[in-house]
Amino acid sequence: MIAYIVRRLLSAIPTLFVIVTIAFFLIRVAPGGPFDLERPLQATVMANLERMFHLNEPLLTQYWLYLQNILSGDFGPSFIYRDFTVAELILDGLPVSIQLGGCALLLAIGIGVPAGTLAAIRQNSPADHAVMGIAMLGVTIPNFVLAPLLSLVLGVYLQWLPAGGWGGGAIENKILPIVTLAMLQIAVIARLTRGSMLEALRSDHVRTARAYGLPERTVVIVHALRGALLPVVSYLGPAAAALLTGSVVIEVIFEVPGVGRYFVQGALNRDYTLVMGTVVLLASFIVLFNLVVDILYGLLDPRVRYE
Amino acid sequence: MTMHYRRWATALLAAALSATAAGAAAETVYHRGNTAEPETLDQHLTSTVYEAHILRDLYEGLTAHDARGEVVPGVAESWEVSDDGLVYTFHLRGDARWSNGEPVVAGDFVYSYQRILNPETGAEYANILYPIRNAEAINTGAIADLDQLGVKALDDRTVEITLNAPTPYFLELLTHQTSLPVYPPAVEAHGAEFVRPGNMVSNGPYMLDEVVINAHIRLVKNPRFHDAESVAIDTVYYYPTEDRSAALRRFQAGELHSNNDVPFEQIPWMRENMPDEFRSAPYLGTYYYALDMREPPLDDVRVRRALSLAIDREFLAEEIMGGTFLPAYSFVPPGINNYGEPVFADFMDMSMLDREDEAAALLAEAGYGPDNPIRLEIRYNTSENHEQIAVAIADMWKPLGIETTLFNTDVATHYAHLRDGGAFDVARAAWIADYNDPQSFLFMLESDNDGFNYAHYDNPEYDALMDQAAQTADLDERAAFLRQAEAIFLRDLPFIPILTYASSNLVSTKVRGWEDNVQDVHPTRYLSLAE
Repeated sequence: MIAYIVRRLLSAIPTLFVIVTIAFFLIRVAPGGPFDLERPLQATVMANLERMFHLNEPLLTQYWLYLQNILSGDFGPSFIYRDFTVAELILDGLPVSIQLGGCALLLAIGIGVPAGTLAAIRQNSPADHAVMGIAMLGVTIPNFVLAPLLSLVLGVYLQWLPAGGWGGGAIENKILPIVTLAMLQIAVIARLTRGSMLEALRSDHVRTARAYGLPERTVVIVHALRGALLPVVSYLGPAAAALLTGSVVIEVIFEVPGVGRYFVQGALNRDYTLVMGTVVLLASFIVLFNLVVDILYGLLDPRVRYE
Repeated sequence: MTMHYRRWATALLAAALSATAAGAAAETVYHRGNTAEPETLDQHLTSTVYEAHILRDLYEGLTAHDARGEVVPGVAESWEVSDDGLVYTFHLRGDARWSNGEPVVAGDFVYSYQRILNPETGAEYANILYPIRNAEAINTGAIADLDQLGVKALDDRTVEITLNAPTPYFLELLTHQTSLPVYPPAVEAHGAEFVRPGNMVSNGPYMLDEVVINAHIRLVKNPRFHDAESVAIDTVYYYPTEDRSAALRRFQAGELHSNNDVPFEQIPWMRENMPDEFRSAPYLGTYYYALDMREPPLDDVRVRRALSLAIDREFLAEEIMGGTFLPAYSFVPPGINNYGEPVFADFMDMSMLDREDEAAALLAEAGYGPDNPIRLEIRYNTSENHEQIAVAIADMWKPLGIETTLFNTDVATHYAHLRDGGAFDVARAAWIADYNDPQSFLFMLESDNDGFNYAHYDNPEYDALMDQAAQTADLDERAAFLRQAEAIFLRDLPFIPILTYASSNLVSTKVRGWEDNVQDVHPTRYLSLAE
């Protein structure tokens, strides 16, 4: 098992290298540069800036410089947020994103899985229709609609929670961002769980378990749910990577100091180093969570063995 | 700040809160919404208005803006200008102190100007100081010796600045954030990190206390500021309120005392429901369409004039922008300093019907019409407002037989295309004055202005008038040259001025001392909060 994990982590290195290389050249193919602003700079000033950031050198030289820097752990200065390095920006925001994303993830699993299971057990009952109805809403309402709505109702009209702002990370400031983040995931997970649970409940091994006269609770939780969770787990891998690296919509609407905004801002601002930083971050998370998914598969499905 | 939302909080939390509140009963905290996260707090690297708001609270330059946006003495308590308008001698006040107690001396300003103009600093806005003697040569690397800069310390309390040419807006220029002094020992000791809390030493009414990236920047009152006793607000929180609708909700919930922008689509609602808190005032910015004069049909002045005539600016300002913009009939916005009576387009008072008739006649004369339609593409940077304006203008041009297509890209692509001289027909652009002077607009059309002259306008007559204005110290004479230049602009129309910007602020009725002004400048030191 440990050898398997080590091998998987080692194989991630060439993957990351390819991703870094493609991203490096792709972002530079985009027209314009970090200093093409709404108010254009004078040519002399632009020349100073390009010299400072090595943008005047051939692209391959820049690429070589960049590779050397990231190998020594230096992701460079941000071109736009000039008081900070890319590493500082990301390391500052990442704990916030992980915290919010992690809570949303737990909430999503904690509510989505039981709700989906319940709906499957009581298929076509009012409970099933209620769960699926709510899940349908959760899937169809985008978070840029849900977030303002929650903020308006709970923050402005009822004044139960702050309408926005980070408040230095106070709990009440985190509730709405977490709930908004979790809503879609709860809905997706509930639907996935219900679907695969329905299938599992009709499978041979569950019928056998019932025939042995095992209590219904054991049949559902031990025999059916375990297998039914496989599709949920494979969905959760990439979903977790996305959730934990923040959401630009949530962060901008609630003024959350996470890293999600950098994915969008970095690209729009042509903040080359920041884009590269976010690419490396997201790629690492995806590699990591795919590994976690594969390990969980082994735990859930007795047929999977690690060589 | 209202704390309504804590109603549901546990008794413990409530007790803790009331304890803090009691302990800091006298403290006044101002929650200020401010556009976006600053890109930097280094005054020599900044370029945005929202950084200026913060830096203006932290530092004081030789001159400063008051609550109405007028130039008032800052660190310099008085100054003399030589008769030829080239040499400014500033006398520094004796009680100007850095936040660590050290006196602010003339050498600090010399150091600061040398730093921003040093090419190694990579200052985006260095060119704003090019009126200073040798500034441009130093910034471009032509002169390596920084001491050649026309800024000298005659003694600890006297700064002498020598200019290339008379620059009537020079005192105004010194209020810009790029002219704010840095504390040399902090820069020397901490390098780029001198801007961080704990490292920053400032000389303004406030000191930097905390930076939480993308959440808030907290400033606290500087007890050593020379006018500290009249500063009423103890603590200022600046929030990066990037989402304007979210900022409006926070304002409504009482979490923000002010915000310096509003969601356009909600303006009618705000006018109706919060008339005392929604504030809109003219602002020194122009929204315009640049025309590519290099190719037919836009190389023909008749076509350009027809396009301008057919735009119903009142409709755009009122119906599309909700009255937060004003119709523009000149490139230089009305209300600007050093300009006297502004020049307006000659068709300003004509009815839309007459204008459309004239436009159709001009196009027919130029050989275009429904049988020989003109095809134009409007390029704009992606934004709902820009799109709506482009759609409306395309519609206004349609009766003239002009077939318009729209093309949008993100900001960087849009401006890079224009800057690199890429071909286009019509391109949306805007300009906000860096200083309160018509030169800040008119210089864009000089034929040698590669970065800004998107139209590739090249008129020796225009250039000559701009040169003459630059050499003229007498304000009235200079204004006359500039007005002649704008009259030529309005005849030739390399750009079509469409709208004049207005500033939009949400200001709580609790905030006292807020004055609307064309600069949209509101230093916190002049504000106070009612209970």
